[in-house]
Amino acid sequence: MRVAVCIKQVPDTEARLRVSKDGRWIEEEDLRYVVNESDGYALEEALQIAEGSGGEVIVVSLGPQRVQEALRKGLALGAARAVHLVDEAFQGGDAAATARALAAVLQNEDVDLVLTGSQSDDAGWGSTASMLAGHLGWPHAWLVMGVEMEDGTAKVTREMESGMNEVFRMSLPAVIEVQAGINHPRYASLKGIMKAKRKPIDTPTPAELGLDPAQLGAAGSRIEIVDVAFPESGEGAEMIEGDASTVAQTLVDKLQNEARVL
Amino acid sequence: MDFSLTEEQRAVQEAAREFAAGEVDPIVDEHDETQTFPMDVIKKAGELGFLGIIFPEEYGGAGMGYVEYVLVIAELSKIDPSVGITIAAHNSLGTNHIYKFGNEEQRKRWVTPLASGDKIAAWGLTEPNAGSDAAGAQTKAERVEGGWVLNGIKQFTTHGSVGDTCVVMAVTDPDGPRAHNISAFVVERGMDGFRAGKKENKLGIRASDTAEVILEDCFVPESHLLGEEGEGFVQALQILDGGRISIAALGLGTAMGAYETALAYAKERQQFGRPIAQFQAIQFHLAEMATKIAAGEALTLAAAVAMDAGRPNASQLASEAKLFTGETSVFCSERGVQIHGGYGFVKDYRAEKFYRDAKINTIGEGTSEIQRLVIARNVLRG
Repeated sequence: MRVAVCIKQVPDTEARLRVSKDGRWIEEEDLRYVVNESDGYALEEALQIAEGSGGEVIVVSLGPQRVQEALRKGLALGAARAVHLVDEAFQGGDAAATARALAAVLQNEDVDLVLTGSQSDDAGWGSTASMLAGHLGWPHAWLVMGVEMEDGTAKVTREMESGMNEVFRMSLPAVIEVQAGINHPRYASLKGIMKAKRKPIDTPTPAELGLDPAQLGAAGSRIEIVDVAFPESGEGAEMIEGDASTVAQTLVDKLQNEARVL
Repeated sequence: MDFSLTEEQRAVQEAAREFAAGEVDPIVDEHDETQTFPMDVIKKAGELGFLGIIFPEEYGGAGMGYVEYVLVIAELSKIDPSVGITIAAHNSLGTNHIYKFGNEEQRKRWVTPLASGDKIAAWGLTEPNAGSDAAGAQTKAERVEGGWVLNGIKQFTTHGSVGDTCVVMAVTDPDGPRAHNISAFVVERGMDGFRAGKKENKLGIRASDTAEVILEDCFVPESHLLGEEGEGFVQALQILDGGRISIAALGLGTAMGAYETALAYAKERQQFGRPIAQFQAIQFHLAEMATKIAAGEALTLAAAVAMDAGRPNASQLASEAKLFTGETSVFCSERGVQIHGGYGFVKDYRAEKFYRDAKINTIGEGTSEIQRLVIARNVLRG
């Protein structure tokens, strides 16, 4: 079983973000970057599937040079090799342009399964993997809670509304997006980190993947971010001060007498 | 001096940080309260290679240097200094003594299981009447056919009750020249006449295992002698010299943990209608803590880099780092309690635990006073 995992490097969720000077993204300098949380779970799931079937895991990511650190982490955790779409032409794209580039990599990789997280913790569009499945023409599942391999198919558990679970079977190859919390991601061992140094990270160019740069990155995007800003703090929000019982009492009073909803 | 970490060193630091957050943090308070050794966590740390950071891969270690080593100890100590000291003592004392002075057969036999995390190492130098004056040891080893018979008590031995092996310094030639009449032996758990005595009830680092080691007519085969007969004390001094960087990293991590806890509290605690971090009185505490930590971090990394490069000033730098971060940890943890006010005095917050844990850093593996002597000797030699 060859499993590819698409990971994204995102700012640490605890990082304090500032809007960039052009007002169209965040200031990236001095930010601490980490592997997107749900992608980390996808990687663990992939490693378990590969270990269970004697296969191997490939980690794939698109992004600038710093992303190499995220890929090395994937290699330290047990992936066999990595593909880094680092060429300038790939950068700054929307989900569709990113999916186009990832699809070109995965078409050449002969994988049985592509796993990824359900949503990135920074942009959070949640649409890259579904477009990737579209490009590949493979079945796709989102918000997945569990994956089991069974007779050359994937048995997938998915969370539905009102807490119900849906279990279904998917033919392979397939693209599966997992949720955070579905397993216990392992920690990188020191030996794993040493070994990762010697594992290959391929950096294919658009030409090597047979892609037209005009279809990639910012040039190939049909969505453009025009403004990023913190919302204005609204009027009418009131912070109730005091200990718990005072706060509760004041809140009930306000709901009854001011909002008149009780 | 350039302290920018390599990509691999940052990965090591992140691995230790994630492990500390995921595995250590949830068990800290319980193990402190009950004073129990977190064997499960230490075994897991062993699986990640933390019990053999500085030993070559051929002996089951991770084959890394002192920079990686101090990063791991500091990250663990930020969350729990007990875990930090456990990893430190295992690596730099109990295992390193066998690695450094053992022959090939001894390294294969003992270092490999210790470095790969299957076993835990103890190291016994201190005695009830021989602390800073370690050459005044009274534990004796008497030569018999095929080996030695050991008698005596080792005090405050880290891993005295959980250790699988214990390197013990014992007088082999009572009439010989002082400091050249002591030899080092490997004693293994399960040997007749070797047992743990009283487990200490401690002020701080309560989850780390500190116990008496009692030797009563304990027969130790010839093959357990490390290096030359009579050189045990000299070896021990070299081990302490190399181990000082561990306590520097422990002190640094303890100070950082106390500081981060206090910083978070200062931002969230509201008094007079605003977070207390907005008051200059609190800001001055935080600024002093941050400055000392930055200095301690630079000094500890400088010492680690010097050790990795084998520079002649490494030993002095390590002593300076140990002295400075040890005192910094006491300073920062005290300020941490002060910033927490009444909540710093109760166990609902970690501030008081850092305050208790920090004090060992000016005492263990050479007191602050002994560090000053070591540094002064280096300074005056030049």
